[in-house]
Amino acid sequence: MWQLTIPEIGHFALILALGVSLIQGIIPLVGAQQGRQEWIMLARPATQISFALLAIAFGVLTWSFYVNDFSVLYVAEHSNALLPTVYRIGAVWGGHEGSLLLWIFLLTGWAFAVAQLSKTLDELMIARVLSVLGLIASGLLLFVLATSNPFERLLPAAQDGRSLNPLLQDPGLVFHPPMLYMGYVGFSVAFAFAIASLLSGKLDAAWARWSRPWTTTAWIFLTLGIALGSWWAYYELGWGGWWFWDPVENASFMPWLIGTALLHSLAVTEKRGGFKNWTVLLAIIAFSMSLLGTFLVRSGVLTSVHAFATDPRRGIFILILLTLVVGSSLLLYALRAPKSTLGGAFALMSRETFILLGNVFLVVASGSVLLGTLYPLLIDSLNLGKISVGPPYFNAVFVPIMIPVLFLLAVGPWANWKSTSLNQLVKRLWGAAVVAFVAAILIPRMMGEFTLLTGLGFLLSFWIIASGVLQVVRQVRVGKPTGSFIGMQLGHIGIAVFVIGVTMVGAYQEEKDVRMAPNDTVMVGGYQIRLMDVGPAQGPNYQATRGNFEVSRHGNVERILSPEKRNYDSSAMPMTEAAIDAGFTRDIYVSLGEPLDNHAWAVRVYYKPFVDWIWGGCLLMALGGLFAVMDKRYRLRIKN
Amino acid sequence: MKAKFIIPLILFVVLIGFLLVGLNRDPHEVPSPLINKPAPAFNVPQLAKPTVSFSPEQMKGQVWILNVWASWCIACREEHPMLIELGKANVAPLIGLDYKDKRPDAIAMLAERGNPYLLSAFDADGRVGINYGVYGVPETYIIDKAGVIRFKQIGPITPEILEKLIYPTIAKLKSE
Repeated sequence: MWQLTIPEIGHFALILALGVSLIQGIIPLVGAQQGRQEWIMLARPATQISFALLAIAFGVLTWSFYVNDFSVLYVAEHSNALLPTVYRIGAVWGGHEGSLLLWIFLLTGWAFAVAQLSKTLDELMIARVLSVLGLIASGLLLFVLATSNPFERLLPAAQDGRSLNPLLQDPGLVFHPPMLYMGYVGFSVAFAFAIASLLSGKLDAAWARWSRPWTTTAWIFLTLGIALGSWWAYYELGWGGWWFWDPVENASFMPWLIGTALLHSLAVTEKRGGFKNWTVLLAIIAFSMSLLGTFLVRSGVLTSVHAFATDPRRGIFILILLTLVVGSSLLLYALRAPKSTLGGAFALMSRETFILLGNVFLVVASGSVLLGTLYPLLIDSLNLGKISVGPPYFNAVFVPIMIPVLFLLAVGPWANWKSTSLNQLVKRLWGAAVVAFVAAILIPRMMGEFTLLTGLGFLLSFWIIASGVLQVVRQVRVGKPTGSFIGMQLGHIGIAVFVIGVTMVGAYQEEKDVRMAPNDTVMVGGYQIRLMDVGPAQGPNYQATRGNFEVSRHGNVERILSPEKRNYDSSAMPMTEAAIDAGFTRDIYVSLGEPLDNHAWAVRVYYKPFVDWIWGGCLLMALGGLFAVMDKRYRLRIKN
Repeated sequence: MKAKFIIPLILFVVLIGFLLVGLNRDPHEVPSPLINKPAPAFNVPQLAKPTVSFSPEQMKGQVWILNVWASWCIACREEHPMLIELGKANVAPLIGLDYKDKRPDAIAMLAERGNPYLLSAFDADGRVGINYGVYGVPETYIIDKAGVIRFKQIGPITPEILEKLIYPTIAKLKSE
């Protein structure tokens, strides 16, 4: 009986939320322009109510999944009675409508956090920030209610749901989208701050100081979200890849690149009052990239393995939303930015210059990714044919652009603000340079083969690590390091660790695609893999064939790996579940291919040296962000 | 207002323009690389007469149509009436390529819905289809007198496509 009304409560909550968001978006904004105190005061309560309503709507949808309410169309399309509970919850955001609801829920969540944690902020500023967030929420709520209602009914209800794509029945699914969206959506806060400052005409260091912890937090989530997605693809897809330059992956990576530039630009604006226009523009672009990504994934404009089911109406709607939000903010920028005052002057040799250079390269890198992602679309629109752009382009263009960034990473922290001497820098860094060159020559030799690319990878990563270590040693002598300092070091070293992982795996991984019958062995990376047996296995909603492989080195058996080929009850496609022996210095990865004649199987075996350093580096970066956010000066402010 | 500040907005507007055009395009629709290339050779048994084979060689000197179909293909039923009409119009021989199908099912379907084809070649394992770049049944090729593929239609033939593309193309090729 409850089932007759609960989804409608969710639907109603969304309609109410639209109304409240519109109020939140318009009244305080107009009030701030006209100095009407009562209107300005509406911002916080409206934000709180929006969040509560979205929490109800999202809660209702989650409940519908939890109790298997197949009278809700979205639940019937994406869930199944046999689906384990965890994946039933994950299925809430497994499709377009639900993930969009998650998006808006997180947006109102961020707005709520801003409303609660900004008691010391200027009233006008906060009103404007919350209003901008309310306007964005209104647009998306309108979109959901008009074209993507997750509470649409299926009457009579289905007996059972169609269930989730088996690829998505995985712990990674439960965390990757929420983490990613927290980041994507979190950049809306930086965006709102930027718009608020443009509207108020006050483009100053104080605004940058307020923006920073919010931006950093969003960046942390985005870093983790992307890393999680990459790791998930690696262990789930069965062929050992960790990044494919897929349009949807690129859609998450571009905001990350711009967000990183934004973080550094904010530092300059806060410390020296400089780069104000740059910072504002970067904040607008970062969130625009998030919105663009949302459009690309859900409109059918690009082919991608990630793309949701498409509907041309949805594409048009998001495009209109994108045009309105980004177009109006860039127009505001064009009108207001020229009025901002210049920050502190700086010399050619200064920290400001290095950050500026690094940011320029980051923006160019992001532009190159955007170009590659949209190129097929551009060419097709101009009737010049159908092409696809893949890893060869991205690797050839993106990697060289990032080299200067990696170089500058080690130099920037040593440079003083305003002016620094080249001699000083050389004096500080020559030791790191030596370490870098030694590593660049020695390590490839140790691993087996020196190539220019591997040498470069180790040169840059050790350059960064050595510089970081020297920095830490120097700082510890002087006094207790601040959260910001630790954050910076961890962040930079994280990138170096990442580069080591990428270089190692890229250059020294081994892959063997072989035919194996029971008792056959294959050698890979110094390990001997022996197929013991292949037999049937059973899971909660699948039947599988499981192979047992013995992994040994120097005659000692280290582990048994058991990859499976699963046939899920609800899908005709067999799924490969790879077995991975993860280690600090290498992964051994075994995956079952097709059955061949005579009890033999096609087996794929990988030796992946240092592959976990790829995601380890991302974790370090995220940890660095956390330290930066926890810096005392932000917490002091909150206590006030 | 300094000019440079309006650049981001202008770039954005250009981008939106492309995205708008892109919305009306289907990125999955890929044109055939075989247009203006010789039709790949093959030699397969006929559907109705397993002991007699068919090869495109036999059609040299004529403009002819090759229609890829299957009994399991739902969209093929949609275009079937157009094929009957095309067959009756007798402007060019209509040869079917029964793709990845089972003989009894295929023969039954033709018996039930009418056989517009002069004959159907039986491509049981789909190898001919692969050579022709078939990726979505139904597909239709128009091949000229020299055995060169001059036109490919992906998806069902609609009355409009028949009128505006197929008949004119056949007429043009016949006059060459």
